[in-house]
Amino acid sequence: MGIIKFRKIWFLVSGFLVVVSIICLVLWQLNFGIDFTGGSLMEIKWLANTPSFEEIKEVFSKNGIDEVIIQPAGSSETIFRFKYIDEVTHQVLLNNLKEKFGELQEERFETIGSIIGKELKRKALWSICLSLIAILIFVAWAFRKVSFPVQSYKYGLIAIAALFHDVLITIGIFSFLGHFYGIEVNVPFVAALLTILGYSVNDTIVVFDRIREKLRSPLYREQEFSKVVELSLKETLVRSINTSLTTLLVLFAILFFGGETIRYFILALVLGILFGTYSSIFIAAPLLVSWEKYVHRNLK
Amino acid sequence: MGLFYPKQNLKTKQKSNIRLIVIGIFVLAILLGSLDYPILWDKGVDYLNAKLSLGLPHFYKLPFHLGLDLQGGTHLVYEADLSNIPPEERNDSMEGIRDVIERRVNLFGVTEPVVQINKTKSSYRLIVELPGVKDIHEAIKMIGETPYLEFKEERTPEETEEILRKQSEGNEESEGLDPYFKHTKLTGRYLKGAQLQFDPNSYKPYVSLEFNDQGKDIFADITKRNVGKKVAIYLDGYPISIPVVQEPITGGRAQITGDFTVEEAKTLVQRLNAGALPVPITLISQQSIGASLGQTSLTKSLKAALFGLIAVGIFMIVYYRLPGIMAVISLIIYGIIVLAIFKLIPVTLTLAGIAGFILSLGMAVDANVLIFERMKEELKSGKSLETSVDEGVKRAWPSIRDGNISTLITAIILFWFGTSIIKGFALTLFIGVLTSMFTAIVITKSFLKLFVSGRTKRWKWLYGNRIPNKE
Repeated sequence: MGIIKFRKIWFLVSGFLVVVSIICLVLWQLNFGIDFTGGSLMEIKWLANTPSFEEIKEVFSKNGIDEVIIQPAGSSETIFRFKYIDEVTHQVLLNNLKEKFGELQEERFETIGSIIGKELKRKALWSICLSLIAILIFVAWAFRKVSFPVQSYKYGLIAIAALFHDVLITIGIFSFLGHFYGIEVNVPFVAALLTILGYSVNDTIVVFDRIREKLRSPLYREQEFSKVVELSLKETLVRSINTSLTTLLVLFAILFFGGETIRYFILALVLGILFGTYSSIFIAAPLLVSWEKYVHRNLK
Repeated sequence: MGLFYPKQNLKTKQKSNIRLIVIGIFVLAILLGSLDYPILWDKGVDYLNAKLSLGLPHFYKLPFHLGLDLQGGTHLVYEADLSNIPPEERNDSMEGIRDVIERRVNLFGVTEPVVQINKTKSSYRLIVELPGVKDIHEAIKMIGETPYLEFKEERTPEETEEILRKQSEGNEESEGLDPYFKHTKLTGRYLKGAQLQFDPNSYKPYVSLEFNDQGKDIFADITKRNVGKKVAIYLDGYPISIPVVQEPITGGRAQITGDFTVEEAKTLVQRLNAGALPVPITLISQQSIGASLGQTSLTKSLKAALFGLIAVGIFMIVYYRLPGIMAVISLIIYGIIVLAIFKLIPVTLTLAGIAGFILSLGMAVDANVLIFERMKEELKSGKSLETSVDEGVKRAWPSIRDGNISTLITAIILFWFGTSIIKGFALTLFIGVLTSMFTAIVITKSFLKLFVSGRTKRWKWLYGNRIPNKE
C-alpha cells in the first residue's frame, strides 16, 4: 500500500502545512475575541427601523465610546464590539439608542474586563501544555512493555508530535480565517483544541496498539520493522476511516445546518479530527519507522 | 460420549444467561427512556388505563438542567477589594459576601442561582449566575446596591502619626489607609436587621441596628475597648456616624443617628435589611444572553445532529449488516442511558455540552467499529462465529480502553480550565466516553452473543462481507 514507502511525501506535505501555519501565526496572530482581550459585545435586534451606521456611531460617541466595530447580522440585527463599559454606561447607552431609534431588544450583552481576558489566555496555554504532557506520560506508560525495536517513550513523543501537528495546523487555519474573514477565537475554540488532543491521540493509539500487539508475537519480531508497521496500518486503516467518518458525518451536519453560535466551535473540531486522522495514519506510524531506521542506520 | 451432556447444559445455561442480560438491558432502556422522555410513557399508560381501567401512574418527571446559553440569563463576575482585611480573615469575608449576595439573589426570585467564590493568586472573585432572569439590569442594580457597612475604631495616636508620616513620604502601602480609624471585625455580615425609629424627644429619625449572636459579642468587645473613645460607622466607604462610646454595649444593638430625612433613613433601613456586604465589590465582567438566541441555535443544531445520526446509522447497517443493526440499537440505548444520567446527576446542558454528547456518540461508534473489524478478521482466518465474537471483543478492548482514557484525561483538564459553559462540555464528554465504553463492551457483546448461537449462525455473510460460507 505504500504508506510507509512514500513517507517522505507525507512528511513534506505536513512540513509544508506546518510551516505555512507558523507563518500565518507570525503574520496575523489569532483574532482573539473579547473572552481573551476584554471588551464589550452587544447584539441588538431592531424592532422599528434599522438605523444607519453613522447615526449609531453618534450615539456611541455621545456615551464616550469612540471606537465601535459594527457588524450586521441578519436583516434587523446588528452586533457591536467596543471597549469595556460599566453597567451604568451600558444602561444609558441602551436608553439613548431606544430614544433615538425606537423599540429594540438586546439579544446578547457581554462585557469583560481585560484582566480576566489575560487570565484566560494564561489558563488556556497551561491547559494545552498540561494535556500534552499528560498524554505523553500516558502513552509512554501504556506502551511500556514494548521496548524493541523502538523504546516506549518514543511512542509517546511521536504521538505528541502528531498532536502538535494537528493543533498547529488548525490554529494556523483559524489565523487565516481570522485575518481575512474576521472569525474570532474565543474560549470554545480552546475547548475544541483540547478535545482534538484527546480524540486525535485515540486514533494514533489504535495504530500503535496494533503494532504493539504484533511485536508481542515472535513471528513479527524477526521481520523488518517497517513491514510490521505497514501491515498494522493496512489492518487498522478501515477502522480509522470508519470511525472518523461517522463522527464527521454528524459534525458536518451540525456545521452546515445547525445554529450559528457554535458553528466555529464545530469547525475547529472538524478540522482537528480530519487532520488528526490523517496524522495518525500518515505521520505518526511512518515517524516510528523513520526514527527506528535512523537509530539503527549504523547497525546495517 | 458422556462429555456431550455437560457441554450441552453449559451451552444452554450460557444461552439463558445471555437472554436474561439482553432482557435486562431492554427493561433498563425502557425505564431510562421514560425518564428521558416521560410523555411516551404517560401516553402509553393513559391508553392502557382507558382500555383496561388500571390505575397505572404517570412517570416521575425530572426536567433537564439547561445552561445559561440555552435558557438565557446572565453570568457576572465581581472582584472583592480585600486590601483592608488581614489575610487570615479573607476567606471568612468572602464567605460573608457570598451569603449576603445569595440572600439578595434569592429575594429576586431566581430559580437555581449560582453564587461561587473564585480565588486566584492575586484576587478574590465572586461569580454569580442567574439563569432565566428577565430583567438583567434590575438584578445587577440590586446586587450593586448592596450596602457595604463596617464599624471602625480609633487608632492610637502613635499609629495615626506613623501612617500620616508614611503617607507624606509617598509610601505605597499606606496610600489607601485611613490614618484615624482602623478596621474591626464588625461588618454588615453580622447584621441581623435594621429598623427605622424616631427619637422620642426630637422626633428625628434614626436607624437602629441589631446584630446576630456573633456580632453581639464582637460589638461588646469593641465597645468595652473603646469606652470614652469614638467608634465610626462607615457605609459604602464613607463615615455616616461617629458616636462616642458611653459604656460597653452587650445587648447587640446600635444606633446610627445623623441628619437623615425620613426618606433617607427608610432607604438605608431597606438596604441594610436586604443584606449588607462586609467588603466592597466591583463588577468586572458581565455576559448576558437572551434566551431566544440560544433557543434557535439549539433547535437547529439538534435537528442537524439527528440527520447526521441517521446517516451514521444507515452507514453502519449498510457496511456491517447484522452487527451494524445491533450497533445502532446499542447506540440508541447508549443515548438513552447518557441522557438519563444527565437528568439524574444533574448535568447542566449547554450548546457546547450537546456537542460533547454528540462527539462521545461518535466515540461509542468507534468502540463498536473496533469490535466488528476484529471480528471480521477472526472470521476471515477461519474461526467459528462464536470464537470470532469472543476474540473480537477481547482483542479490541485494549484499543478501546487506551484510546478513551486519553480523551478522559483531556476532559478532566478541560473541566479544570473552563468557565461553566466549558465545564458542561467537559462533563458531558467525560460521562459520554465512560458510558460508551460500558455500552460497547456489555451491550453490543451481549447482542452479538445472543445471535451467535441462533439460526443466523449459518449465514456468516450477515456478519461480514466477502467471507465464504464455511461452517
